[in-house]
Amino acid sequence: MSDLESNVEVVAKAAVMNQLPADGSGVRAESPLFHAELEVLAKQGPQQGGVHLRENKLQGHLTLRCNQNNPDQLAAVETVLGLALPIQPLTAVVKGDISIRWMSPDEWLIVVPGEQTFDIESCFRDVMTGHYSLVNGSGGQTIIELWGPDVVSLLKKCTPIDFHPTQFPVGKVVSSIFAKSGAVISRTGEDRFELVIRRSFADYLWLWLQDASREYGLVIEV
Amino acid sequence: MFYIYCPHCGEHREEEEFHAKGQAHIVRPIDPAACDDKAWGEYLFFRKNPRGLHHELWIHAAGCRKFFNMTRDTVTYEIKEIYKIGEQPSVVAGNKLAGNK
Ligand SMILES: [Zn+2]
Repeated sequence: MSDLESNVEVVAKAAVMNQLPADGSGVRAESPLFHAELEVLAKQGPQQGGVHLRENKLQGHLTLRCNQNNPDQLAAVETVLGLALPIQPLTAVVKGDISIRWMSPDEWLIVVPGEQTFDIESCFRDVMTGHYSLVNGSGGQTIIELWGPDVVSLLKKCTPIDFHPTQFPVGKVVSSIFAKSGAVISRTGEDRFELVIRRSFADYLWLWLQDASREYGLVIEV
Repeated sequence: MFYIYCPHCGEHREEEEFHAKGQAHIVRPIDPAACDDKAWGEYLFFRKNPRGLHHELWIHAAGCRKFFNMTRDTVTYEIKEIYKIGEQPSVVAGNKLAGNK
């Protein structure tokens, strides 16, 4: 890989596009669960239950692929985000409203506030060196936050992952099977998890989660 | 149902997360145009089908999406060894007791 990098000349600037519609364009951003009308359910639905659900919608999802053995690239990431790439497998880091999930030894999912996505991506293009890839996949996925006393019982129905605290501590992230689909599952608190799911599976998983949490009571929040 | 160790994630995961991708250590001919039909055909289509130890390519499809190698016993399904791409197996036929890397 180092041979490859030393031979790669910076050819041209990658095209970067602001995916958010301009102010006043009248274009409405719709999250993958827009049709579920979670705001209405939050008001009219149950206010107590063992599982709470919130869609952390319209965030910026940037997939970064680079070389964890390249100190220049690691330093560049820290310059842009103020946050170091988690090199330890299956770990995630959070600082303020920016998070980075380890996806594979050369791939990370960076989640940033939606309106900052274009600026952060542009900044990466200015600062990163060498052989890397940065893709804005914001429109393709969404984040579901789940918490409450029965959240682990719910998750056990959905995936073969072991959620015992010794096996799945706070700060861990895994990609796995989730209800015949897939999800990136991270633990952000003792009884608090986040799922990164595909847009195309969002409705299916929303239906699945409602069904699987029925026995505990599902509270929608916004 | 059994657990498979992913050397990239560094932990065992449920079999359902993985896919087998066939025989490992198949070397692509450096100059395909120089191959005769027999050599190219064997590279593309001909695979071992041993009874006993087999070196296979697997992918952690639902996890980190990385490939790795596995030495497996096709009779007992026992997984003898997991090793990364580019590494050589330490458990090989005729050397079945060698367990350490
Ligand atoms: Zn893996």
